[in-house]
Parts: sequence; C-alpha cells; structure tokens
Amino acid sequence: MDKLNKIDKELLQQIADLHGIPQGSYNIRKNGKLVSRVSDSDIEIVSKQDKSGIDIIVAQNVKNKSVHIPVIVTEAGLTDLVYNDFYIGDNAEVTIIAGCGVHNESNVASGHNGIHSFHIGKNAKVVYIEKHLGLGKGKGEKILNPTTKVVMDENSYFEMQTIQLGGVSYSNRKTTAKLMKNSELSIKESILTTDNQTAKTNFVVDLVGNNCKCNVVSRSVAKNNSTQEFKSKLVGKSSCFGRVECDAILLDNAQVKSIPEIDARCVDATLNHEATVGKIAGEQLLKLITLGLTQQEAEDVIIKGYLK
Amino acid sequence: MLELKNISYSVVDDNNKSIDILKDINLKFNKGINVITGQNGSGKSSLIKLIMNINQSSSGKIMYNKKDISALDITERANLGFTLAFQQPIRFKGLKVKDLLDIASSKNNKLADICDYLSKVGMCAKDYINRELDSTLSGGELKRIELALALAKGGEVFLFDEPEAGIDLWSFENLIDIFKNLKDKIVIIVSHQEKIIECASKVIVLDNNGITEYNKVDAINKIKKLQCGRLGGNRG
Repeated sequence: MDKLNKIDKELLQQIADLHGIPQGSYNIRKNGKLVSRVSDSDIEIVSKQDKSGIDIIVAQNVKNKSVHIPVIVTEAGLTDLVYNDFYIGDNAEVTIIAGCGVHNESNVASGHNGIHSFHIGKNAKVVYIEKHLGLGKGKGEKILNPTTKVVMDENSYFEMQTIQLGGVSYSNRKTTAKLMKNSELSIKESILTTDNQTAKTNFVVDLVGNNCKCNVVSRSVAKNNSTQEFKSKLVGKSSCFGRVECDAILLDNAQVKSIPEIDARCVDATLNHEATVGKIAGEQLLKLITLGLTQQEAEDVIIKGYLK
Repeated sequence: MLELKNISYSVVDDNNKSIDILKDINLKFNKGINVITGQNGSGKSSLIKLIMNINQSSSGKIMYNKKDISALDITERANLGFTLAFQQPIRFKGLKVKDLLDIASSKNNKLADICDYLSKVGMCAKDYINRELDSTLSGGELKRIELALALAKGGEVFLFDEPEAGIDLWSFENLIDIFKNLKDKIVIIVSHQEKIIECASKVIVLDNNGITEYNKVDAINKIKKLQCGRLGGNRG
C-alpha cells in the first residue's frame, strides 16, 4: 500500500470504498502490475501463468467473507487487459468488490479491459460490486470495457451491482449469464454519462434450469452530448422468470437507445421488459422546489437518487 | 396575515381562447384553519397554486405580513415558510422516505425524528424509513407521507389540497388532529369534507359567482345544495 500515491488512493476510495488496507483477501493492481495482495485459505488469489490475471478461489462453505480486487490505471497510453476467473465453492457466501479507476492527464487514451468469469457453485451466494470511474483533465480518453461471464449452478444466487460513476469517455459493458435450476440472478446497473461520452451495455441471459429467475434493472442519466445504448436479451428455455427494467433520464442533447429482446422457448417461461426514457418529470422537480430547493438542486437530488 | 388583492387567473384552451378561472379575487387569511370549498372546476386548487406561485396570476398581488411577495418564486416562498401538500403525491424512483423527510426538514433526521413525523400520520418509521417512494407504495401511503413531509418542513403558511383524498377513516381522524395542532399558523385547506369544514375558523365557498364567506353551518348546507344540483336537481 506504501507504493500508492494520493491519486491512487483517491481512485481506490471511490471505486472500492478503500480507505486503507482492506479486511480479508485482496489484490490491488496498478498499471498492469500487482501492487499488493493478501490471500488466505478461505479466499485464495493466484496469479495466472499463461496470461495476465488472477484466479480467485473461494472455498466451499465459507460464510460472510469479502474480497477486494480493484484495478487502477494512471499511466498515459496504457490499455490494461486482465483475465480474472472466480471459482465460488458450493454453499459459500461472499462479497466481491472489484472496480476500475482511470486517471488520465495526458492527450493519449488509456484504459482497462477486464474479462471476469464466474463459476458459481451450488447453493452459493455472491454479491459482486464493480464501480468504474474516470478522472483527470487530459484530452486523452478514459476507456473501460468490462466483460462479465457468469455460470450459475443449482440454487445459487448472484447479485451484480455495476456502477459507472462518471468521467469515463467510452465504455462497452458485456455481460452473459447462464442460469441453472432454482438459481437467481439480480443485476443492478447505474450509469452516468456527460459531455461527449459513450456508454454501451449488452446483457444476454440464458434461463436454462427450471424455476430460475433473473431481474435486470438499469438506471442511467445521460447529459450534454453523451450517448448511451442499452441492449438486453433474455432467453427463456425452461419454466423460468425474467424481467428487464431500463429507465433513463435524458438531459440537454443526449441520446439513449434501449433495445430489449425477449426470446421465450418454453411455454412456461415468463419474460417481460419495461423501458422508460425521458426528461426529469416536471412534478418531481416541482415537489422538491416546494420543499425549498432551487431548480438545479432539485435536479441534482433526483439524479443522485436515481443512480444511487 | 396573507392577503390576496384583486387576483385574476386565466388559462388558454386548445382553440387559443382565454378562459377565466378566477376573476378579481380579494381574500384575507388569518391564523387558524381556513377551508376553501366549492364545486369541481371552481378554481380551488388553482387558488392554492397561485399562493405558492405554481400558477401565475394575470393580475393582482399577494401580501404576506404586509409585504408584497408577488415577485417571489416557489423556492423563495417555500423558504419564507409556505408549505404545500399536493393533492396527488409524487413518486420518485431511487429516493427514499428518509431522503425526502431530510430535504423537507433541512437536516439529517435520526430514526426518532422520522418516527415523530410519520407517527403523526399513523405510520411506523421502521416500516417506511428505507422505502422508496415508488410504485411499491399505495396511493394512501403516499398521501400520508405527503402530509408528513409538510409537517417535517414546517412553516407559517400551510396549504393542503384535498388532504382527505385517499385517506382511510382511521387516518382521517389523525388528519383532523394535525389541522387542530396547526391552529397558530395560517392553514388553508381545499376540501369537500364536512368534518374538516366543521373544524374551520373560516369557510370560503368558490362557485361561478366568485367567493362567498360562510359560517360553518351555512357552508355545509351550501355544499350539500351544490352537490344536489350537480347530481340533477333538488331531490328533497
């Protein structure tokens, strides 16, 4: 941790709520290199031998444990590529805090491509939180392209919170999931884009096992000239339930595209989607203004709450 | 004292024709419970919104404690002590009951504070403090939270637009108590309810002929007469 400067610490604080050395296992990566790691028998972290990245192995029956694996990029022109594989043992219950922060003061692009694969054991429960942030005043783009692949065994639960805090010039978020019998997937996405930023999201969920469930909720705010594209595809192959909700607030000259797809291949599959894109509701602003806020303060409160 | 002087309010219809909603209204509101009642479409809610500056009058002025506040915008009036409880409560995705109560009261409320506000409208803080104001709450629950927001904000001039709408019988009794506890403020309530009219110190009936001030008994009789007329004439 001593190798980290003020900017590094700010990034870690914002993307992983790290104010010091985290409890339990952790792996901090900076500019493509390992900065610090703690690994134990409950949550083992091992470097890959064939390519860049780590294996995170959570033992069976581990309860109430957490692991932090944040990545920061501060080197101009660097595009970090990492493959992280998570093996979650049967009956384990764990919280994984990932996230990536890019600080760029230069005029050349820098970024991070994280390829995360999850293998969730039977009856396991996982909460996975990834926050993405861009900082720095340089004209160089801050690019983040996270890919998440999830395979869920029977009776497992996986909750993914993916949050783009702002400052990211371009992101292309790809998530695929395969759900087996009685498993449950919950995805909560929050994205803020401003200026000329672009954010793309693509969820593809295969509902394979009987009685599996999937709930995807995306809330985003697009300001200035930014653009967002939200694609989701639910494929129901069993007696299953799937739901996608995409809500976006649009301001200024921004653009939001929502492209949902539902593919039911079983008569007992129940799939639905809702999408709402529009400006902040006038009556919401009015209510807050009558409580004593200015128009700008009311807008900020609504946006902050929306993305919370 | 709150005084409306020669206030007029008109709207433009689809054919670009101006329609007078309120014309040359003169009203004085003192501390105590002032009830505005009258038929649908007579301009009661418009009047409340004019006082808050949500609607803008086409002429006239509003005086508060002898100062002309006509130029003050909604935020300024809110911060001066004007508090409005909406007829239709607003839903907010992402904002919780505590968030709104914190904004209304301008402080970071503790559970005991939230309990204080919500218990006045018959709600248990623990059940609602972390609930989002979204479609998971019923209309009646949202209405009671709307009233709690008004109490949390506080102020000197309280405006309630049909506060009884969507409120169940048990909560209705609480509602009367809320108004009675605000009697040292200027309370203006748009309502059709006899029980609310009965606790008023002043009753104003709005109809096509304009404004008439009544005592409580005459006001209730007038409302009943207006309601009979709306239902097709005198059935007595």
